[in-house]
Amino acid sequence: MEKEQPTSPSRRRLLTETLPAAASALVLTALLGAHQRTASALPPYAIRPPGALPEENFLSACLRCGQCVRACTEKLRHDKGGEMPQPETFPTDAGAFVSQLAELGENAPLETAVPVLRLAELGSGIPAGTPYFVPRISPCRLCEDMPCVNACPSGALSKKLKSIYEARMGLAVLVDHENCLNHLGLRCDVCYRNCPVIDKALTLEMQVNQRTGVHARLIPTVHSKHCTGCGRCERSCVLENAAIKVLPLAQAKGTLGRHYRLGWEEKEKAGHSLIPPVLELPVRKPEELP
Amino acid sequence: MSKRIVGREAVATKGWLRAHKWLLLRRMSQLGILGLFLLGPLAGIWLIKGTLSASTVLGILPLTDPLILVQSFAAGHLPETAAVFGLIAVLVIYSLLGGRTYCAWVCPVNLITDAAAWTNRRMDSKKNLNLSKTTRWWLLGLIIILSAVSGGIVWELVNPVTTLQRGLLFGMGAGWLLLAAIFVFDAFVQRHGWCGHLCPVGAAYSLLGFTAALRMKAAGRDRCTDCMDCFTVCPEPQVISPALKGGEDSSLLILSPNCLNCGRCIDVCPQDVFCFSKRA
Repeated sequence: MEKEQPTSPSRRRLLTETLPAAASALVLTALLGAHQRTASALPPYAIRPPGALPEENFLSACLRCGQCVRACTEKLRHDKGGEMPQPETFPTDAGAFVSQLAELGENAPLETAVPVLRLAELGSGIPAGTPYFVPRISPCRLCEDMPCVNACPSGALSKKLKSIYEARMGLAVLVDHENCLNHLGLRCDVCYRNCPVIDKALTLEMQVNQRTGVHARLIPTVHSKHCTGCGRCERSCVLENAAIKVLPLAQAKGTLGRHYRLGWEEKEKAGHSLIPPVLELPVRKPEELP
Repeated sequence: MSKRIVGREAVATKGWLRAHKWLLLRRMSQLGILGLFLLGPLAGIWLIKGTLSASTVLGILPLTDPLILVQSFAAGHLPETAAVFGLIAVLVIYSLLGGRTYCAWVCPVNLITDAAAWTNRRMDSKKNLNLSKTTRWWLLGLIIILSAVSGGIVWELVNPVTTLQRGLLFGMGAGWLLLAAIFVFDAFVQRHGWCGHLCPVGAAYSLLGFTAALRMKAAGRDRCTDCMDCFTVCPEPQVISPALKGGEDSSLLILSPNCLNCGRCIDVCPQDVFCFSKRA
């Protein structure tokens, strides 16, 4: 019985066809799985369009069709009166872009002429075919009619986003306190003036300039309750490398411990302080000398 | 005996144009569809927006690639209505035309793999990897499982079909490397390797071929002279035998869902054995 098995056609088929086929497919899938693990981490300079689902859900929803990118570019072209340079004339890498702008000098294109949304190319470090923008190169224009969201067929850019000002694409963070001109005591204010949600998302907070002792410093301060993450502040920062940057929410925001309570809020809720106002302490006097 | 060159006899008997009729029509279809997509970004005429993974025709009709939507669903996302309508439209179109008609008449990678197959025939290479044609089914199943397990549309990370088309529309990046690898694989490692053995997109489309109304028919099989030109040129030669060499009572139709409806067998046959036909 054992001797006859090798000649059985089904066993022969299993060994020469089915197993090698399954094994080849398994090897390819394993390679793909390994590639997926490295390809799915979004670099921090790439920001998803408005309404994008959280990254892990986004990668299961985005069909990689590029219709949001088309809608975005067409809207810009329309607003610009039909003129639009091709996206590929601008490098994806923010640093290279900024030095290219510096080289062009006065011939540098107006900000409105640079396309916003791009579709990731294979090998770019961003999952191929997914949309993103680099705020330093071209920030989101916060179109009130949201053409990108409306163009999305799958819901990866969620239509639950009712107003563009509710978008939370990322969060602006003043990352460099050493080189920000306002921190140095100057009145640069460019990021603040450029913020589309000025005085809500970005405010100037007055501090005493400790260096001179007599002047004020007006510190650009971002408020996550209103910041859409559009990146206008980052784009407009006058430094060679922006001091204020839009970061993905997960990187930008801290989280309080779940058990933390803010005393002043608890006091307001309870209507009174949660601890007795004055502690009665025993009066200690030096013993009287006889 | 001198080496037989595929299609030479057909050219001699039918003339060059008739011996390349379906090939030329197919190239026109492939390039025409690519052209329709390119008309928007290049000329500002938006007849169709998007890519082969999902698109909108004339601003109304959505189209969605079935395999991508299945992966999205497996990964845990419930798509919006536009994508679902697009899926239904594609299912209707290809279950009438034959699923793998997509491979021969739409898919841009076919231009590369056809060139590779031509090179392979010219090389007259006897070496072949002998990969099983069932590998694509395993791959299809495994990428859907991987999508479900990892929660992402995995095949789109490397899918050569959309990589090529998206590359031409939006920027190729490292996509050329992938496409060059497919050419080399098909030309020198495994004949019809990509489309005929591995591509899970084609495998998924072939599932729509079981009901296809449009089929190839070996109507004149009595005239067959066993020149083997159709078998040599066919990307799925195993589908021909049952219709061409079956017994008296066997169907003249090529019923295998793996037939691409490419019509090359019509072109290269000097005896005009094959024709397009309705599934009877």
